[in-house]
Amino acid sequence: MDINSKIKKATRHTNQSEGLIFEKSSPGKRAFELPTLDIPKADAAKALGDSHRREGVEGFPEVSEIEVVRHFTRLSTWNYAIDLGMYPLGSCTMKYNPRVNEFVARLDGIATEHPFQPQELSQGCLKILRLLEKCLLEITGMDAITLQPAAGAQGELTGLLLIRAYLQKQGNPRKKVLIPDSAHGTNPATAVIAGYAVENIKSESHGQIDVDKLRDLVTEDVAALMITNPSTLGIFEERIPEISQILHSKGALLYMDGANMNALAGVTRPGDFGVDVMHLNLHKTFSTPHGGGGPGAGPVAMKKILEPFMPTPVLIEKEGGRLALESVRPDSIGKVKAFAGNFGVLVRALAYILAYGPGVRQATEDAVLNANYIRKHLENDYDLPYSLPSMHEVVFSDALQKKNGVNTMDIAKRLIDYGFHPYTTAFPLIVPGALMIEPTESESKEECDLFIDAMKAIAEEAAKTPDVVKTAPHTTRVRRLDETAAARKPILRWKAPAKSSAAD
Amino acid sequence: MSYPESLRYTKEHEWVRAEGDIGTIGITDHAQKELGDIVYVDLPKVGAKIEQGKSLGSVESVKAVSDIYSPVSGEVVEVNETLAQAPEKLNQDPHGAAWLVKVRLSAPDEVKTLLSAADYQTYVGAES
Amino acid sequence: MLAECGVASAEDLFSHLPDDVRLKQPLALEPGISEYEIVDYFRSRAAENANGYASFLGAGVYAHYRPVMVDTVVSRGEFLTSYTPYQAEISQGTLQAIFEFQTLMCQLTGQEVANASMWDGSTATTEAVLMAERLTGRTRVLVARSLHPEYRDVLKTYAKNLGLTIEDIGYTKSGRIDTAALKAAIRDDVAAIVVQSPNFFGVIEEASALAEVAHSAGALLVVSIAEGVSLGLVKPPVEADIVAMEAQSFGLAPSYGGPFAGVVASREKFVRQMPGRLAGQTVDAEGKRGFVLTLATREQHIRREKATSNICTNQALCALAATVHLTLLGKEGLREMAEQNLAKAQFALSELEKIPGVKRAFDGPFFNEFTVELPRSVRMVNADLLKEKIIGPLALGPNYPELSKNALICVTETTPRGEIERFAAALKKILAQPA
Repeated sequence: MDINSKIKKATRHTNQSEGLIFEKSSPGKRAFELPTLDIPKADAAKALGDSHRREGVEGFPEVSEIEVVRHFTRLSTWNYAIDLGMYPLGSCTMKYNPRVNEFVARLDGIATEHPFQPQELSQGCLKILRLLEKCLLEITGMDAITLQPAAGAQGELTGLLLIRAYLQKQGNPRKKVLIPDSAHGTNPATAVIAGYAVENIKSESHGQIDVDKLRDLVTEDVAALMITNPSTLGIFEERIPEISQILHSKGALLYMDGANMNALAGVTRPGDFGVDVMHLNLHKTFSTPHGGGGPGAGPVAMKKILEPFMPTPVLIEKEGGRLALESVRPDSIGKVKAFAGNFGVLVRALAYILAYGPGVRQATEDAVLNANYIRKHLENDYDLPYSLPSMHEVVFSDALQKKNGVNTMDIAKRLIDYGFHPYTTAFPLIVPGALMIEPTESESKEECDLFIDAMKAIAEEAAKTPDVVKTAPHTTRVRRLDETAAARKPILRWKAPAKSSAAD
Repeated sequence: MSYPESLRYTKEHEWVRAEGDIGTIGITDHAQKELGDIVYVDLPKVGAKIEQGKSLGSVESVKAVSDIYSPVSGEVVEVNETLAQAPEKLNQDPHGAAWLVKVRLSAPDEVKTLLSAADYQTYVGAES
Repeated sequence: MLAECGVASAEDLFSHLPDDVRLKQPLALEPGISEYEIVDYFRSRAAENANGYASFLGAGVYAHYRPVMVDTVVSRGEFLTSYTPYQAEISQGTLQAIFEFQTLMCQLTGQEVANASMWDGSTATTEAVLMAERLTGRTRVLVARSLHPEYRDVLKTYAKNLGLTIEDIGYTKSGRIDTAALKAAIRDDVAAIVVQSPNFFGVIEEASALAEVAHSAGALLVVSIAEGVSLGLVKPPVEADIVAMEAQSFGLAPSYGGPFAGVVASREKFVRQMPGRLAGQTVDAEGKRGFVLTLATREQHIRREKATSNICTNQALCALAATVHLTLLGKEGLREMAEQNLAKAQFALSELEKIPGVKRAFDGPFFNEFTVELPRSVRMVNADLLKEKIIGPLALGPNYPELSKNALICVTETTPRGEIERFAAALKKILAQPA
């Protein structure tokens, strides 16, 4: 089968191998010169004492600058990236990362500021934080917000700690948190760290929260329900106002995982539909770059009742419009992270919001449109387990392809040959063999069409020549890496080859 | 693979072979097939007390973890140390060389409540 | 496209949402602005910050030279805009870079394995303590008061919901942890002893002695490192069971407190209890070397409520920056940078000790930070220093009431001699005036 005729997207691989930087080392080489010392050299042995003195880091690389740039440039060409093509990863919101955001985060006076410098010399930084707070409060419909959490998972923890502190103040922090079986793994992992037991609640036949079951499960032992809206199926929880009321009637609170805000921003606000506290993923909805796994930021927005418990420091306005960070708050849960947050990430998110203004709604509409367009064109090729309207992402299953022994992992690997990064495989857990697709608003109709064509072609291959799918990818430099061996006998670092005389 | 008649089975896919007051425990062929390539086994120490129906440890593949529920109650008297270096044995010989632990049974009658080879065969046939 | 979806307008895509929660008017945000105006906005904010000031602040965030190449590499779209490397075939760049990062962290700290990053030093230290709890099954933790106050605060925020008891252990006149108090407090219910080295006062702790105390009671030693450049010249805490390091000093701008990168490094035998992602070496179907994320069964997406941590998104790009930075510095460069830091700090201390009333507070060895005692309020002194466009040392009083006249001074290779001399002269002048 000639896939070249079917591949219309540009692909790029380098086939040359590139060793580890340690394998290129040569003693005495260096890539960076420091200015000459302008004061007398210190006697390290005298200053530190012999027991502390070290003679340089054994095994550290010794390479020249051109070797460094070639090494990392070559490595980078082995990566897929948003700058190369679409990531249809559901729940990741891999939208374009605007480059002006990178520029402003690196400005002198922004990148150079020390968190402990006097606050009167940090008004610029504090204004940035204040404006971001205001924008995110407007988008979420909440009353107060903390920008401190470093990622979504840490935001989840902060939210649950706020709930715990609030309930504790009333006399009983309660024992458990309800979590839908469709939830992201960070939800139950976080609940445990917040000191709560996890009780799973099964979704009903449409993949939504089973409201009747919820009514039974919400007792005075339940602190909160952690909901994702739209759900991890990309479907809006239509009964969420009712869900909120059920929880409130028993003194429990509603936490929302805001990973899917790209379906809601500008169209509806969680504060308006009954959410008490939620986190946002700035590296999803607000375009800050994923950078191969992070950094991100997970601000937590809340209703007034939780404000007294916010992590310190809290940004406040003083007379004359001066901003200050207030560290003394008697009911605060404390700090979840040193300093005020991932400031550089916050700067990028603010730049994104400034560019859009109320136009974030347009981004949301385009994201939902793109997802529905893809759904429409693939619903005859792939099994659609839940028929309620999709928002910014659509979830198919591999049920049709399974008949020929082709599963979602195989289809995902074959998609690589067509020039795309795979969609999210095997999540959410409530859909066996899930294919979770989220194009985001950044993709043009042309790119969506290419994706649809690729998926249709793979569906056909799965039916007629399944082996080519089951053994994919075929066009990458490395294929089907042995994950079993990696887990059985982990090799997690490079080691210098054993020398006959010297100890390692 | 057939299921040896000398073993008794649970619905969570463990087996036990009782010889006198010592029970040898393992996971079934069905279990290892479901898990795929096994990379690690987490087992209790000698002296640990285990209870029928409760987790005694876990078995891991690359992408999944499964609890091992004890088919019987008792005290661990021996642990299969070879599995630490060679977890793949569980894929190769789950009913024999890749036994997990041996326990001194505290309630030998429990074994009678478990499934026979024929009943287990029917059960997994029905499941798949 | 709307037509192909069977709707007339974008609004119709949301018609299934309850009517009373759909916004009827645009968000109350300022209209979107152009790229030029965005840059202008941030330039204006930058102008309102600390421009043209000399600074002697450290305390967990350090000013070091950052080769230009660091930003060049991390700005490449293939690194900047790539996703977490779950699909190994098209993420080998990220995965190999992580493997190199893990190696560098092991080489620096003297430990056997290191993870792909945690959020920062404060959360890495906290996660190290949780790891010690899992490994020992114990819940008491002895923490040096000289551990960074913000790190201690974070640890306490996490600990109180997990049934962990955190006990503070004081320091002696050397500035080091009080080992007598430690020995009195340690019992077989302690999971870990936690110290920072160099500690918040700048003093280097004796890891091997502390490890003995810990191990004698079956506890673990956790060493937290906030200033990684110290490892270019100071022996790493190889006796520690777990090291929690902040990598900010390696190529990450201070950026008002983040994003930085934490690391947890430990022994191979403890690897299954480590939090965070790990990149492992393997081979592909044709025997080519490659890298994959491994031991994922520890993590939240598989283990869920039994995971070693809830961390998902980490600080990958920051870890890459640190990798590039350390590769550019290399063995010789890091050592020389460390030597310069040591020399500058020694020089600064000797200049300051010449000023009547200024005393060195602790006699333990230090790297690039040290504590002085002033004859009057640090806050007043700093207010006067600001007039000379000098951001003075951090006052220790707010976090250590018994050290109300003490200040923490940090000098790095970026502080020119002239600036140190100007600081000393200004301080001398200020202290010479009546209070």
